[in-house]
Order: sequence, then C-alpha cells, then structure tokens
Amino acid sequence: MAKILIKGGRVISPAQKLDDICDILIENGKIAAIGKKLDNKGAEIIEAAGKLVTPGLVDIHVHLRDPGFEYKEDIASGTLAAVTGGFTSVACMPNTNPVNDNQAVTCSILRKAAEEGHCRVFPIASITKGLEGESLTEMGELKELGVFAVSDDGKPVSNPQLMRRAMEYARPFGMTIVSHAEDLDLVGSGVMNDGPISTELGLKGIPWVAEDAATAREVMLAEFTGAHLHVAHVSTRGSIDIVRQAKKRGVNVTCEAAPHHFTLTDEAVRGYNTNAKMNPPLRSAEDREAVRQGIADGTVDAIATDHAPHHIDEKNVEFSIAMNGIVGLETALPLTLKLVEDGLIDLPKAVALMTSSPAEALGLPVGQLEEGGDADVTVIDPDLEWTVEAQKLVSKSKNTPFDGWQMKGAAVCTIVAGKVVFSRS
Amino acid sequence: MAKAETMILDKAGIARAITRIAHEILEYNKGCENLALIGIRTGGDHLASLIQSGINGIEGGEVPLGTVDITMYRDDLAVRGNLPIGKTEIPFPLDGKHVVLVDDVLYTGRTIRSAMDALMDFGRPSTIQLAVLIDRGHRELPIRADYVGRNVPTAREEDVEVVFNEEKTPVEVRLIKP
Amino acid sequence: MSFQHKHILGIEQLSSEDIQMILDTGDAFKEVNTRDIKKVPTLRGKTIINAFFEASTRTRLSFEIAGKRLSADTVNISGSTSSVVKGETLEDTAKNIEAMAPDIIVIRHGHSGSAHYLAERVDCSIINAGDGAHEHPSQALLDLMTIREHKGSIEGLEVAIVGDITHSRVVRSNIYALSKMGAKVRLCGPGTMLPIGIERLGNVEVFTDMRDAIQDADVVMMLRIQMERQSNIMLPSLREYARFYGLNPTNVQLAKPDAIVMHPGPINRGVEISSVVADGVQNVILDQVENGVAVRMALLYLVSGVESMQTK
Repeated sequence: MAKILIKGGRVISPAQKLDDICDILIENGKIAAIGKKLDNKGAEIIEAAGKLVTPGLVDIHVHLRDPGFEYKEDIASGTLAAVTGGFTSVACMPNTNPVNDNQAVTCSILRKAAEEGHCRVFPIASITKGLEGESLTEMGELKELGVFAVSDDGKPVSNPQLMRRAMEYARPFGMTIVSHAEDLDLVGSGVMNDGPISTELGLKGIPWVAEDAATAREVMLAEFTGAHLHVAHVSTRGSIDIVRQAKKRGVNVTCEAAPHHFTLTDEAVRGYNTNAKMNPPLRSAEDREAVRQGIADGTVDAIATDHAPHHIDEKNVEFSIAMNGIVGLETALPLTLKLVEDGLIDLPKAVALMTSSPAEALGLPVGQLEEGGDADVTVIDPDLEWTVEAQKLVSKSKNTPFDGWQMKGAAVCTIVAGKVVFSRS
Repeated sequence: MAKAETMILDKAGIARAITRIAHEILEYNKGCENLALIGIRTGGDHLASLIQSGINGIEGGEVPLGTVDITMYRDDLAVRGNLPIGKTEIPFPLDGKHVVLVDDVLYTGRTIRSAMDALMDFGRPSTIQLAVLIDRGHRELPIRADYVGRNVPTAREEDVEVVFNEEKTPVEVRLIKP
Repeated sequence: MSFQHKHILGIEQLSSEDIQMILDTGDAFKEVNTRDIKKVPTLRGKTIINAFFEASTRTRLSFEIAGKRLSADTVNISGSTSSVVKGETLEDTAKNIEAMAPDIIVIRHGHSGSAHYLAERVDCSIINAGDGAHEHPSQALLDLMTIREHKGSIEGLEVAIVGDITHSRVVRSNIYALSKMGAKVRLCGPGTMLPIGIERLGNVEVFTDMRDAIQDADVVMMLRIQMERQSNIMLPSLREYARFYGLNPTNVQLAKPDAIVMHPGPINRGVEISSVVADGVQNVILDQVENGVAVRMALLYLVSGVESMQTK
C-alpha cells in the first residue's frame, strides 16, 4: 500500500493532547510517524498547510437504512455521505428491516460494509428482539461479533423493568445501552415541540417533560445497575441538567447532542416545513441554549448526527404525517466548527466531540492519531465557504433543513485505513 | 403632465337639466302613477334623488326611489378585479312599475346593461327607461337614453367627470383631455 | 386600496383593512340572500371545488350555497383524511383536481397546514375551510360580521371564548381577527384544553374561572366540545364540564345585559350551552349561519378578482 505524507497541517488529536503543526506519515494503512519534517521519499504528498488534520471523524448515531429501506439509503450511499462529511467511522442504528436484533443481521451489515462501504461501520444492535420491548437480544454473542452498544432507538423501551434487566445483563459484557429517552405516553400523538409555535400552528405538541422524565428514569436505572448508559440526542434543558447532575454523582452516563438541536429551534417548523420534523423535535431557544452550555461544560460527550434519511415522498406530505428525521452527515462538521466561531468551545474541544470522545462513549477503537494505530485521518479546511444544496448531497435522501445555508469549513480529504476515500476537488 | 379640463355644465346648468328631465319623465309617463326611480351607484343615485325632488315639486306625489350597485353584474372581473361592492336598496316591488334608471354619464352602455340585469332579478317592471345627465357617445351595446341632460361629443381617450359636493349635489361637469 | 390575497389560508395573513373589506363586501352580498331570485351572475363561468376531507355539513353547505348564489359552478368532493393517507398523497389529489381547471379550491382537512400545503403546490386560489387545529378563517369572519351587526363596531369589545381552546381552529382565527380589529379576547377552558403560549397570538387574556371570563363581556362565544374526540383523560365527565364551563341562565347574567351569545355550531344542548340560553333572546347563532353565506360569497368574489387578474 502506498505511502502518504500529510504535510504541514495543524494536527489535533485530543486523545494524545496533540495540537501542533507537523506531518503525518502513513504506511501500510497505519500511522508510521507523526512529527516535524518527516522523510517523504516515495510518498504521495497531501499539502495540509493552513488545514486541520484530525483523527477521522466518528458519528455514533446514524441510520444507514440497510437492510430493508434501501430506497432511503444503503450502506454504500450512507458511508459515501459519511466520508464526504469527514467521517471515517459510523455506528448504525438497528431499526432496519429485519431489525438488527441478531448475529445474522449484524454479520450481513458488517460483510456489506466491508464489501461496499467507504468507511468503518459499527452496527448497534437492538436491546429487544424486533424492537418490540418484550425480550432481550443475545448481547453476549453480539458483543463477540463487534457490537459495542445496543439501542431501541426510535422505539424506546417503555417498560422500566425490562430496561433494568437490559442494563443488568449488558453490564458484565461491557455493552453500552444507548437510550432514545422519551416517554411515549407523554409524546402521545405529538409532532413537534410543545410550545407557543405548536399552539400557533395547531400542531400537536411533544412536551419537554416527555424527554426529561425518560432521561431521569434511564439515569436512575443506570445508577441502580451500574451499567453504562449513553443518552442519545439530548434536546432539552432538563435532560442536560439531569445528565450533568448524574455525572457529578459518578453515574456511568454519557450523552450526545445533534447539530440540529444546537443550531435550530422550533421556529424552523413555521410554514409546516417537514424538514424541520424530527424526534426528539427541535426545541425552544432556551433548550437550544442549554444544549450549547452542556457542550461547553463537558456534559455532552459527543456530537452525533442522528442522520435519518427519508425519501422525498415521505416528506412531501402534510406535516402531521411526514416521517421524522433529517440527514446530517454532510453538514455536521461546519455546524460544529460554528460553535468554535461562536466562542462556545475551542478547536481541540470541537475535534474531541467529533472523534475521541464519541469513540470513547461507545468504546469504539477509533478516534485518535497514534503511531502504529490505524490511519483514519480527516483533513479539514476550516475556512472553506460553501452553500448547502440539498439536491447535491451525496446521501440518497435530501431531507435537510439546511438547504441554502452558507457553511464554513469542510473535509477536503478523508482517509480510512491509509486509503484516501474522499478528496474534495 | 397637466391635463386640459373644460367645463361642460355648471351648477345652474345641471339644475336646469334635471328640472327638464323631471318634466319630460312626467310628460312621457302622463304623471307619476306606477313610476319609480332607481339610481345607479355611485353618482346616478344622487341624481335620482334630485329628479325625485323635482317630480315631487311638480306633481306633489312621492315617487319611490331606489339604488342599484351593478358591481355584481359586471362583465369585466378579469380586467378590473374585485372592485368594492356597494349596497343595492330597492325597498319596493318592481312588478308593473315604470322604472326610470338614472346614471350620470352614458358611455359604452355596459353599466346600463348590468343595471337592467340587476333589475330583472328584483321583479318584472312594465318598462325600463333611462335618464342620464351626460351622453358622451361610443356605445358598445344597442342602448340609448330616453332623457338626456346634454349630449357631449367626446374622444375615447377623454374623460367626463361629474363633480359632487359634500351634500351629494352635482356642482360641475368637466371634460378632461389626457 | 384593493384586496390582494389570492388565497385565504388564515386570518393571520390578513390586515385589518382586508378584514374590513371582507365584512363590507359581505354586507353587500347579504342583500342578495333576501331577494326572491337569490342569484347574481358575478362568478358566472367560474368553477369552485369544495374538497372536504373531514366531515362537515354546515360549512360545506354554506360554501356551496355561496358559490351557487354567485352563479359559479360548485362541485363537492369528500373523503376522509385517513383514506387519503392510504391512497394517493394530498398533492396528487390536488393536482388531479387542478387538471380539471377549477378557479378556486375550498379545502377542509384534518391536518393543520394542509391549506398552506396546497397553496404551495397548485395554481388556483385556495380557501381554507378549516385545517386541523390551525385556522378556520371564514368562521371568524362570519363571527365578526355578526358581532359588528349587533354591536355596531368591534373595536374595544370584550369577547369571551369558552371551551376546548387546544383543539379549536375557530379560536385561533378569532383571536387573530378580533385582535386585529381592536377587540380583547378572554379565553377560558379546562386546564387540559389551554395550550401553551395561546396568549401570544393576540390581545388575549387567559382565565381559569369561567365566571371571571364572562364578567361584563360584550360577547360570549361558546365552543363545541367534540364529544367524540375527548378521551376521559381530558375531561372526567360532560356533567362536570357543563357545571364549570357551560353557559347557563345564571352565569350568562354576569355578562353585560346586552351581551350576545355565539356558537360556531353544531351545539351540544346541556353541555357547553343550556337550552334556555341557546334559545334565549341574546343568542345570535342563526345570524351567524346566515352571515356565513354572505361572508363566504365575499371571500369567493374577492379571491376571484385577484385570481382572474393574475391569470389574465
């Protein structure tokens, strides 16, 4: 395999506490050396002066829709969208058809990812068989196959006794429980955040307490069982605060926030914009601010996109019956860099939130730049200005609320295991 | 660009014309039995009221007076859009009446056509006659006035304006050249 | 100034001048309804499709009569929202209707925002005849016409609206309309039926005790409790609802002596309004129905003018 030298970039690897202008030499899929003025004999040179060089970005919450919903996305298109956005690892949710609740589906996803994928794929299996909230999946064997976490994302486990048993069972295997924390009874038939905007639009509301109550329950169960809980897409002030307090008590809990939740509010729904419909919903300005504060103070461990592709026919309908979710892989990086521009966090922190920290949250063996380690590297131009054009997204689905937005910052080169898988022309 | 304006009739001239029309109506209809006046909004209704006073002054009777707004009967919705609709008030039955429609300026005849359609929806008058203060020509329909204050030859691009004061009394008729 | 709206999607988009113009036009059309021959040729040759995807008798009837009295050709189609979901999309349905070249589509639909959805996707005029819990503009306009008829003007009036505020499109449209015309709106309903932030929609004060809400009010508007929609976690019983939120001969006296009592209908006698009040001298419910035809004639006329000019 060819030698690659990434030359003269600002290399940031939070796990190594590295932030310096230097070179990275890649050989045989591994990082051969990190240092100044490395020997470049016979190497392909990637000029990175003025660029950021980071560990390959890690998204621990995506929906690749494969198997079963390939008309929305498949492993090939989803991972291509990932590497275009600078991601080298994605963890995909199990709400496929069939549900990834067993070793066979997990193996087929892994095999397809190896054959057709453009980046690393870490399947997340379901907590309960068929996402039905009734019986546990075989977490022990799933762990042996390389499943690091289980989740009933999108169809939360409502029975607290079952969640308790899931945590107790998962813990000895080192399996992380990823919770989509929502009390479905409180969600009811809501379709957007419950507040003045839902009142104005005459749309049924999802109150913040639906998320807070569920987050509190999950945190208490994690405290009780000692299992590692990862709370997905935290969107409310209350949830952030519950996680913050739990961490102070030493509860084994981590959480993630999605770019749309720290960027948009429920105002975006005005005009019945179905690309502003997702679950959890876009919240109030106050909630958005709390999520941002949670990112700043370390309560939030990871930025994860909840990349949820849907076909145009599933969005081009009345708001109440439109599908939940938006694509996010290709817009997450500039939206996160915006937090740096806004002065909320510094650049190494932003990099950590998209690399080492999410990897650590799920125990994934990625997200850092280490001599001898796998060469997953992303070269980022932090100053590149571009405009989001939904129709030009690489993902099969175009359901983004950011169509037409001016963005700053993009991946210009994405390297997985020493191989350039994406290069911005 | 300043428009050239010529006065066609002054206040006194208008009053004389209205008095003459009142006499002619009575003469033609041999009195005011079964007679009714209906003014076309807006302008014709004020003139109709003056003609009513004139007739009452001559005969001493009370000729019933109504107004009709023809906006609902227009044929030019696509050209002029949703013009405001005024009220039509005809507080007496039209059946068997000799109705004199009153308008200020007779031009293409389309307003009169609309007004006659409106009247037909209210009943079946014995006759419909037409009184106008000014007939400026350029008819587009086979309609003529029975009583005319003054015939004024005009060009199409010219405009005839009847000016009313705050008491709804006509004070002047002007010919406006573009 | 003239009316410029091609669509009537909600009162939110209308100015007080627009509302004034609609009410004045409605007054003029009301006279047509008193004639022996209740028909004028104003919209001859226009085609109006009443697309009702949700059960409605009186609104559809009212729009149909309004269209017919203006000499438009009116066609009704109906279907339940659920069958539309299972079959073709609302967009496909609308495009199919549009291919038959109507000038106006009047839409009633169970989903909030469906009128906006159509207006973005078809070329003809759209009139919202009620979309989910969002707006019901023609109802608010007929309410205003009725209030103006009885009170002379709307400005400065105190209007109490009592009932299920959460699920009511009538309330939202009335809040916008009354606030724009200078009235004050007092809302009251059970705690389960008062949505967050409703006071932000206009000149609104929220009351929890109905007696406070109707004290010295000029207008008391009672909303229909949708018995079929209410689950027992919203209301314990209609009996208790009637006691705390129903209008009866006793509490109606708290309103001004010349107050009028309104209801968008159909009324549930003995629930939100007692029969004595429903049949009492203060009630103007049938005036509302009568004005409904006139105000809908006004809407059809005004949007047709805009639509015809644009097509030309």
